[in-house]
Amino acid sequence: MKRPAPSGKRREDLQLVDGSKVAVIGGGPAGSFVSYFLLEMAERSGLELDVEIFEPRDFSCVAPKGCNMCGGIISETLVQNLAAEGINLPSTIVQRGIESYMLHMDIGSVRIETPLQEKRIGSVYRGAGPRDLKTSKWGSFDNHIEQLTVAKGARVTRERVVDVSLNGGRPKIAVKGGRPHSYDLLVVAVGVNSAVLKLFSENGQGYKRPETTKTFITEYYLGEETIEKTLGDSMHVFLLNIPRLEFAAIIPKGDYASVCLLGESIDKELVQSFLGSPQVKACMPDDWVSDPRSCQCSPKISVGAANRPFADRLVFVGDCGVTRLYKDGIGAAYRTAKACATTAVFEGISEADFRRHYWPVCRSISTDNSIGKLSFAVTRQIQKWRFARRALLRMTEKEQKKAGSRRDMSQVLWDMFTGSAPYRDIVTLAMHPRFLARLTWEMAVSASPFTRSKN
Amino acid sequence: MGKGDLGRTYSDGEVITRQGDVGDCMFVIQQGRVQVLVEKDGVETPLRVASEGEFMGEMAIFDRDERSATLRALGEARLLTIDKKNFLKRVHKDPSLAFRLVQTMSKRVRDLSDEVARLKVNVERE
Repeated sequence: MKRPAPSGKRREDLQLVDGSKVAVIGGGPAGSFVSYFLLEMAERSGLELDVEIFEPRDFSCVAPKGCNMCGGIISETLVQNLAAEGINLPSTIVQRGIESYMLHMDIGSVRIETPLQEKRIGSVYRGAGPRDLKTSKWGSFDNHIEQLTVAKGARVTRERVVDVSLNGGRPKIAVKGGRPHSYDLLVVAVGVNSAVLKLFSENGQGYKRPETTKTFITEYYLGEETIEKTLGDSMHVFLLNIPRLEFAAIIPKGDYASVCLLGESIDKELVQSFLGSPQVKACMPDDWVSDPRSCQCSPKISVGAANRPFADRLVFVGDCGVTRLYKDGIGAAYRTAKACATTAVFEGISEADFRRHYWPVCRSISTDNSIGKLSFAVTRQIQKWRFARRALLRMTEKEQKKAGSRRDMSQVLWDMFTGSAPYRDIVTLAMHPRFLARLTWEMAVSASPFTRSKN
Repeated sequence: MGKGDLGRTYSDGEVITRQGDVGDCMFVIQQGRVQVLVEKDGVETPLRVASEGEFMGEMAIFDRDERSATLRALGEARLLTIDKKNFLKRVHKDPSLAFRLVQTMSKRVRDLSDEVARLKVNVERE
C-alpha cells in the first residue's frame, strides 16, 4: 500500500512519502549502509524512495583513487550483525579471516585466541588495494557494500558535490558544472577527511565537525606465502613504551601487511622507532626492511562527536557525525546509518525526529568513547610501568594455557583490541573484584625483587 | 578453507549440532548445504536441506529447550556462529535486527502448515 503524500501541517510535511528524493553525499560504508537500510525499510513498509548517492571515487580502483584510508577490520560484532541482516561477506572481499590476536610487549608476547575458535573478524581493503598492487585477487569492501545498495535500487552519481544550499525548504545540492537539484532529505556521510564538510561548517546551520587526530597507515608487500609464515591469521597489536605512540597494529591482508599507528603527532621519527623495535622485527620476515615507496597515508580519524549533526531534512552519519574511539569505525557507521534510516522512514525527517530517535544512538557511542578514553589512559600507564606489563602478560599467559579457566584478562584485551564490545562492558569486567584481585596479585608478584631477578 | 573465509568449515557428514543438546547460538550458512535431521528411536529422518544464507538453529535464541533437530554438513559447509547473548543484547537496542530471523521463522511456519495440510489430505485419502 502506498503512503499518501500528506499536506497541510509542517510537521506532517517533514515525512518521507512515495517518490521522496534522498541525496546521500559519500558512498563509503556509512553512505552505502544508510542508502541500503533506507531502501530496505521503505520496502518493508511499502514506500517508494528515490535514493541517489554522490561519490566521486570508484572503489574498484587501486589506491588512492578508490581508497578510503582505514585499517580495514570488520569486527566480530559487525560480522554477526551483518549476517543477521542477510549481508554475508564473501571470501572474495575478506582478505583474511582473523582467528587470534598477538599482543607484543618488550617483555614478551602472548597469543589471545578467539573465544569460539572461529574466524569471525575479517581484514579487508576499502578500495581495490595499495597503489603497488601486483595482481588483484580480492575485491573492495566499500565497492561490495555499494553494489548491494545499487542492487536495492540506489543510483550512484560519480560526481563531487561542490555546492549545498539549506536556505529554508528542501536542501539543494549541485555537482561540478551542474545545476542545483532539490531533495527531501540530505544525508551527509563523507567521513572527516573530505572538503565537502566545509560547505556545512559555513552555512550557519550550526554543524561543527568532530575533533580529529592523525593516524599513519602503510601497506607493505610481503606476499601471501610470507604472510602465512610470519603474521598468520593473527592481528598483531603492540603495547610498547615509545613516547607519543598510543596504539600500533600490524594487520595481515592477502599479499600485504597493513601497519597502523595511532598517537600524538605521528612523524617519521616515531614511525621509524616503531618499525625498528625488536618486537616488530620479530613479526616480520628476517630480511625485511621497510620500503619507503610503499603505499602510505596519514588520514585523520574522529576522536569526538560533531556538534548539531542534524537539522530539518539534514543528517550526518558515520565519522562526520560520531564514531567509536580508535576501533570499529565501520561498525559505528553501520549503527548510525541504520538508526538514521529507521528514523527517516518510520518517524520523520525533522530536527525533532532526529533528536528523539537518531541522537540517542550517537550519544550512546559518544558516552562510551568517554569511557574508552579512560581505558586508553590506563593502557598508557601499563605501557609505562614494566611491572604492570609483566602482570598483564603473566595473567593472560596463564589463562591461555589453562583450558576451561576463566579468561577475564583475555576477554578484556580481546574486546579492547577487536572493538567487539562497548568500552563500558570492558570497564565493567575490569572493575570486577575477582579481576582486580587477580591483577593486584600478579602486579605484586611482578614487582617483587625475587621475580624481577628471575626474569 | 580459504584465507578469507569467515566462520568455521565442517567436513561432509560432520555434526554441527545434535538434537537434545542445549544451544546458546544460531548459525548462518556461508557456503555449502546442511541436512536437518530428526532422530527418534534410533532412526534418523531427514527433514530438509538448508542452503547458503539460511539461518539454522534459531530456536535456541528464543527458548531454553534442547535442540529439536540435528544439523549435519552435506558436503563441505561453512557456517558463521551468532552468539545468543550478544545477539539478544543487540536486538534489545535495535529490534529491527531480528526482522530477517522473524521472516525466516514466519516462512517456516507457513511451510509447516502446508506440510500438515498435505499430510492430512493423504491420511484422509487412505
